[in-house]
Amino acid sequence: MPKPHGGKLINRSIKKELSETADLPKLGININLSEDIINISNGVFSPLEGFLHNNDLENVLNEKRLTDDTPWTIPVLLDFNKQDINEVKEGDTILLTNKENGVLALLDIDEIFTYDKKTLAQTVYGTQDTTHPGVANVYNMKQLLLGGKITLLDSRTRKFDEYNLSPKETRILFKEKGWKEIVAFQTRNPPHIGHEYVQKTALTFVDGILINPIIGKKKSGDFRDEVILSSYETLIKHYYLKERAVMSILRTSMKYAGPREAIHHAIMRKNFGCTHFIVGRDHAGVGNYYGPYDAHDIFSEFPDLGIIPVFFRSFSRCTKCGSVVNDKICPHDQKYHINFSGKKIRELLQNGEIPSEDMMRKEVAETILKFDKPFVE
Amino acid sequence: MTEGKDGKKYTTISIPTPLAEKIKKRIEGTGFTSLSSYVTYVLREVISGMEEESEEAFSKEDEEKVKERLRALGYLD
Ligand SMILES: [Zn+2]
Repeated sequence: MPKPHGGKLINRSIKKELSETADLPKLGININLSEDIINISNGVFSPLEGFLHNNDLENVLNEKRLTDDTPWTIPVLLDFNKQDINEVKEGDTILLTNKENGVLALLDIDEIFTYDKKTLAQTVYGTQDTTHPGVANVYNMKQLLLGGKITLLDSRTRKFDEYNLSPKETRILFKEKGWKEIVAFQTRNPPHIGHEYVQKTALTFVDGILINPIIGKKKSGDFRDEVILSSYETLIKHYYLKERAVMSILRTSMKYAGPREAIHHAIMRKNFGCTHFIVGRDHAGVGNYYGPYDAHDIFSEFPDLGIIPVFFRSFSRCTKCGSVVNDKICPHDQKYHINFSGKKIRELLQNGEIPSEDMMRKEVAETILKFDKPFVE
Repeated sequence: MTEGKDGKKYTTISIPTPLAEKIKKRIEGTGFTSLSSYVTYVLREVISGMEEESEEAFSKEDEEKVKERLRALGYLD
């Protein structure tokens, strides 16, 4: 099992009498920031212990690394407006709160600083186009940034907690299962045959697979979280060895930062204890902002990442081979290939139809159709 | 440590000139744009390769608590 990123698993939560914090200035934060806080506190974002300082931010933008040379590609930032909180200064401790998650956390403010949205957008997303959802988020950020360590004091139990394992828990789980090499698969969709094939191809060479759906904010037309989880449970039950596959969720917002986000996704899975990470076509991409394999190429900049990327190009079904293939293993013409189109499968399911078994397992499709409303409205 | 005590982001390392020449030849036409970027890459690779496997030191008590939850959730038998 790899060491956590940066060398040690961060744990920044303590039980504290909440009355002790009653006098602290309070800053209300949104749901995404509260997820960031939980991910920092339980080590998903190791080695981060809090929100980035200015010099770390600059280094992440310019070098794709923290100031201590540890690879890091996505800035984790806490933005605020002056009017959101009574006068605070560097050296103060404040209380961060979010009602939805019941998050309460301390922030030791090391630094209050300004930043340039254009540079941030251009560097992380490679564009300043505000139709890019990540760029739009940057332009909606508040005026100033707060850098400093956080300490999680409390958070509410949440929906799907029974699927939610911390890095400490997955590490102990893998050890108990006797897995030494573990491949992680990230997803935001129910599995079709192409996904299963990618997972099983990778799994063939390691001890176990962590299927790790990202749960959280979705856009209209996306599959609902419970649908994704149930469909994977069905797939694992019928088509995986129980001792070889584990599913747990990851709560974090998608940034759609393509290559930079692929590195970030790999780092989080390294913290969960995985040795390998599957990177598909246009990983974490959106629209046509990134080349289909930019998210593969970027890994060559990080010989010290500490988790091995497993690159996949797209799979399709070849009627001539009579099996699932990719461009490395099948010599036949495109006319024999049926692509696994997520879009097409979605359309069929939206009409209440079961896709062909060449596309999706019948049990999986039936599981999806058992839901009254499988899609986010 | 990219930022040295003097605040500089980079430091100079001496290597034998013939070695430098060899490397320059070697990296022609590759993605490496300079001798420095190549040397940095190789050193990062070497240093990270020396990192030992994780022997995570969770306390026995901690580990038992985690296993209990994993069993309750069906992750462990
Ligand atoms: Zn073929």
